Amino acid sequence: MEMTEAILLTIFTAATPLLLAAMGELVTERSGVLNLGVEGMMIMGAVAGFAFAQMTGNPYIGALAGIIVGALFSLLFGFLVLTLVANQVATGLALTILGLGLSGLWGEAFVGIPGIKLQPIIIPYLSELPLVGKLLFSQDIIFYASIFLIFAVMWFLFRSRPGLALRSVGDNHHSAHSLGINVIRTRYLAVMFGGACSGLAGAYLSLVYVPQWVEGMTAGRGWIALALVVFASWRPLRVALGAYLFGAITIAQLHIQAIDINAFSDLPQPLFYLAGLIKSTPAQFLSMLPYIATIVVLVLISRNRRLTLINTPATLGQGFVPDR
Amino acid sequence: MKKILGIVAAFGIALAGTTSAMAASHGKTKACFVYVGPIGDFGWSYQHHEGLLAVEAEFGDKVETAYLESVPEGADAERAIERFARSGCNIIFTTSFGYMDPTNKVAAKFPDVKFEHATGYKREHANVSTYNARFYEGRYIQGQIAAKMSKVGTAGYIASFPIPEVVMGINAFILGAQSVNPDFKLKVVWANTWFDPGKEADAAKTLIDQGADIITQHTDSTGPMQVAAERGVMAFGQASDMIKFGEKTQLTSIIDNWAPYYVERVKAVMDGTWEQVDVWAGIPDGEVVMAPYTNMPDDVAALAAATEASIKDGSFHPFTGPVMKQDGTEWLKAGEVSDDGALLGMNFYVKGVDDKLPE
Repeated sequence: MEMTEAILLTIFTAATPLLLAAMGELVTERSGVLNLGVEGMMIMGAVAGFAFAQMTGNPYIGALAGIIVGALFSLLFGFLVLTLVANQVATGLALTILGLGLSGLWGEAFVGIPGIKLQPIIIPYLSELPLVGKLLFSQDIIFYASIFLIFAVMWFLFRSRPGLALRSVGDNHHSAHSLGINVIRTRYLAVMFGGACSGLAGAYLSLVYVPQWVEGMTAGRGWIALALVVFASWRPLRVALGAYLFGAITIAQLHIQAIDINAFSDLPQPLFYLAGLIKSTPAQFLSMLPYIATIVVLVLISRNRRLTLINTPATLGQGFVPDR
Repeated sequence: MKKILGIVAAFGIALAGTTSAMAASHGKTKACFVYVGPIGDFGWSYQHHEGLLAVEAEFGDKVETAYLESVPEGADAERAIERFARSGCNIIFTTSFGYMDPTNKVAAKFPDVKFEHATGYKREHANVSTYNARFYEGRYIQGQIAAKMSKVGTAGYIASFPIPEVVMGINAFILGAQSVNPDFKLKVVWANTWFDPGKEADAAKTLIDQGADIITQHTDSTGPMQVAAERGVMAFGQASDMIKFGEKTQLTSIIDNWAPYYVERVKAVMDGTWEQVDVWAGIPDGEVVMAPYTNMPDDVAALAAATEASIKDGSFHPFTGPVMKQDGTEWLKAGEVSDDGALLGMNFYVKGVDDKLPE
């Protein structure tokens, strides 16, 4: 039991930053804006979170700083693509490069300093439940926020009026505009929400995952989050599934490498043989698995072409100039 | 997605390359460095950058330096190295194994520029030198400490890529451990990355969950050290002294000290005495430095210090027979010492490693 618990906890840690960043990007893309700067916003959140936690001694202020800096940083992107109607793909890439560089500059003073870890919040009574107590009710605040976010985003997009407006902006900005919806303002808010989520994801890395600051510590997680949104065909629950699947297989493949095959000698012969086969898979192939499996699963559940088309924001990546 | 990453990398190089091109030298010797990770990784690239700083400190105005960080191995590396060669660098240090072919390719086009490739073995042109450090010497000592300190007799090893350098380190570690405890076990996890703090931390958690109570790594971040500290097991630092990340956790650390070599080679370019070399220095030359032996009883520290001293005075070589390969065949006869060629091309495990080498 303890082992299962430990493995699941590791999976949750691996999945949370992906989930946060992907959920933010989902809302941004649903409004019709493609922000490829997730990696950049994430790393800005990571350095901001670390820096503010160090300066104040309070990791909660660090987490808050991650959110704010992420949102402010995305505002730069928003200004360029929404107000100046610059190309979204190029601007997003530039945002990533800028974020990686800027964070390195800002974080120079913090390299080689152990960070302050955001401690778990133990929920009384619930945390004493077997298995789920440790997993779901003895976690840090960012984890709780990430779970809350799944349902909040679902409710917002599909059950609330502003969410409907946001989706209509993403599907047809001209129609939305003619209906009196402020397209640019909606998109600004969506971009900032994405930035805030990415920033929080970054802060999670530098405050919980590995409490330290090193340049480039996001190591491509922003790109994975971006891919998750597309493969999950812009559905919140599928994004969550994808993030957890990716986390689970990432951790599982590490365990396959480390496990002692003799631990399975009690299993029936065919199963033992199968375990041996999996164990003898080359490590390089195993480390591809999270990518392959996540893509395959998400593509399979999104194979209904009509539904996927409905869910794809039709004006994704297109600039909008209101004709007065 | 990979394509996009490639574009990003290309952008990054273009940007960095412009700044270095603008700073073309006049009369000064220009020493240039290509790093695989960010200089803020507090590990591999950080230590190479310390070497650059030592060069600056030594020669002051007479030298000009430039560096490119986070240059991916492969095609991007060739572009980066070529840009350096064009921008007036007199000597270029390419500091990762994966830069081997790009370095030699560019060297063919710029016969007047000196190239120094770290950890590789190809010197296809007269202007390419290779240099490396005998990290395995430190790994052997770590293995001995691990076998003394482990309660369960199993250590976990976070490996990066199955190249000779890494395989050699794993073998040295297990040989050191077996010299103390013949039944010592080593679990290996391949992270397939040099630098990803999160993934390295995940690998450390995995190894601890699978029963290892000593963690050692051949990846570059301090992530595993922090995990070990949190979980209450012991660990070895990598590349730099990581004691701050595990004051009660770090047993010792192998510190890469490139500074003396970099200063020597830049000086050779200045004096016009640069010649192709193949240098493999270690503890005796001060290129591999052991961090203080901490968090262990005096007798363990004394054993480690004694081994270090015997490596230093040349009386002991970690790869001394009898050594069996993993498949049970004999590799080194009793008393036989491995030659460097066999180590640099090492593609097999010795007995006792609980892992199958990826091919």
